[in-house]
Amino acid sequence: MAKKQTIFFNNQPRIISSYSIAGPKEKYSVFAPYFDLVLKNDLWDCSSYEMTERKMLEHVIFNAIERAKLSPQDIDALICGDLLNQIISSSFAARKFDVTYIGLFGACSTMAESLAVGACLVDGGYFDKVACATASHFSSVERQFRMPLELGTQRPPTAQWTVTGGGCSIVSNKGVGPKITVATFGKVADYNVTDANNMGAAMAPAAMSTLLAHFENTKTTPDDYDLIVSGDLGKLGAEILVDLMEYHGYKLGQNYMDCGHCIYTNGQHTFMGGSGCGCSALMLNSYLIQKIREKEYKKVLFMATGALLSTTSSFQGESIPSIAHAIVIEN
Amino acid sequence: MNKNERNERYNAYVESKIPKTHNFPSLLYAFLIGGLICVLGQTIKDSLLAIFDTMTPQDAGTWALIGLIFLASLLTGLGVFDDIGAIAGAGTIVPITGFSNSIASPALEFKKEGIIFGMCSKMFIVAGPVIVNGVVASIIVGLVYLIIGAF
Repeated sequence: MAKKQTIFFNNQPRIISSYSIAGPKEKYSVFAPYFDLVLKNDLWDCSSYEMTERKMLEHVIFNAIERAKLSPQDIDALICGDLLNQIISSSFAARKFDVTYIGLFGACSTMAESLAVGACLVDGGYFDKVACATASHFSSVERQFRMPLELGTQRPPTAQWTVTGGGCSIVSNKGVGPKITVATFGKVADYNVTDANNMGAAMAPAAMSTLLAHFENTKTTPDDYDLIVSGDLGKLGAEILVDLMEYHGYKLGQNYMDCGHCIYTNGQHTFMGGSGCGCSALMLNSYLIQKIREKEYKKVLFMATGALLSTTSSFQGESIPSIAHAIVIEN
Repeated sequence: MNKNERNERYNAYVESKIPKTHNFPSLLYAFLIGGLICVLGQTIKDSLLAIFDTMTPQDAGTWALIGLIFLASLLTGLGVFDDIGAIAGAGTIVPITGFSNSIASPALEFKKEGIIFGMCSKMFIVAGPVIVNGVVASIIVGLVYLIIGAF
């Protein structure tokens, strides 16, 4: 059943298994004990950072499947995306698996987008089991979107740090695990923010738009959720979102957290916090899913936000369009 | 409220929320580290002049520049320069060390795409505009000098 942007799942597909991977900087995160694998060095025996990102993606997909006691042949579709041009990490990782592949680009919103699309396909009865995955690597993303790594420049105070990490969830119509009950797909929002070093401000309006649509369509309020999680708005973006929601009459209180804001510690000089596909993927597939399984959080609204810019568009002075997708996970 | 008005209001609001750079510590670090680099350059020049009797001050200055360029490239290759630059800011960018770093860092970065299409062609992505503007400015100054000299 659908209501404008929101889809209510009748059969409530389940997340039967998940796996996460993190880079060496993320080792110092307070959530590090929940990560399944932490890399010792950021190249991971590969010859380029692009290959490392691909290997990370292959690793999470393979291990999530294995953890569900399945083999890649049992998976009906692989739904994944990443940040690199032409989503090469996802497509190249898909070569390793003899599985139907659906590539997505939702920038940093990919984790929520792939889970929402995957849940739709499973709920509709078209597929039995799908793998939803994404990953990002600080060094590959940084060299594509910004300056060479070793360039000795200062980052502006609004900058965020791309998370080296990734995650994969297996969504199935059978089995045990938390259920995906509702998904709200976002609309592109553009409030004419042009600063590519201030992603939080660019993405906050998209997050607001999705949250408003979600609360309205599901007739819920922020208090109905044990936890409302946003992807990588960062410290500034999260503050802006709280203000925007308050302006529209919804109060995001203690039950609101932003993955980007809390993934790094203060001493790591990441300024506004983490960003990238891997940020929300890592947090969802480690800490959050475990807490949902343990029923510490029974109903979680997971929303990932993405800034849909390219280097070409930002050099041509275009503003940054953004998107946010949300899903409700219950146990 | 129309869209333009909404966007303007939003951007003004964002501007008020952005944390500001702390000017005093930034300036202090830039001054200290930038000054230190200048002292190092001067030390190289003066030492060369003191050691070699035949060396002209101009040659000694050139050697000092070569020394600083080498040092900055070496530190870039060792992966230390960006850490210093993150603290020093303009202190390391403005002296010739910044120019050296701006060529060495993309050269390192794009080595993976091959020697010709990677390293050689991408080497000047940061330094290129500086060179272009430097050449254009020198042409303009040269023309002005030529015209004034003719009278």
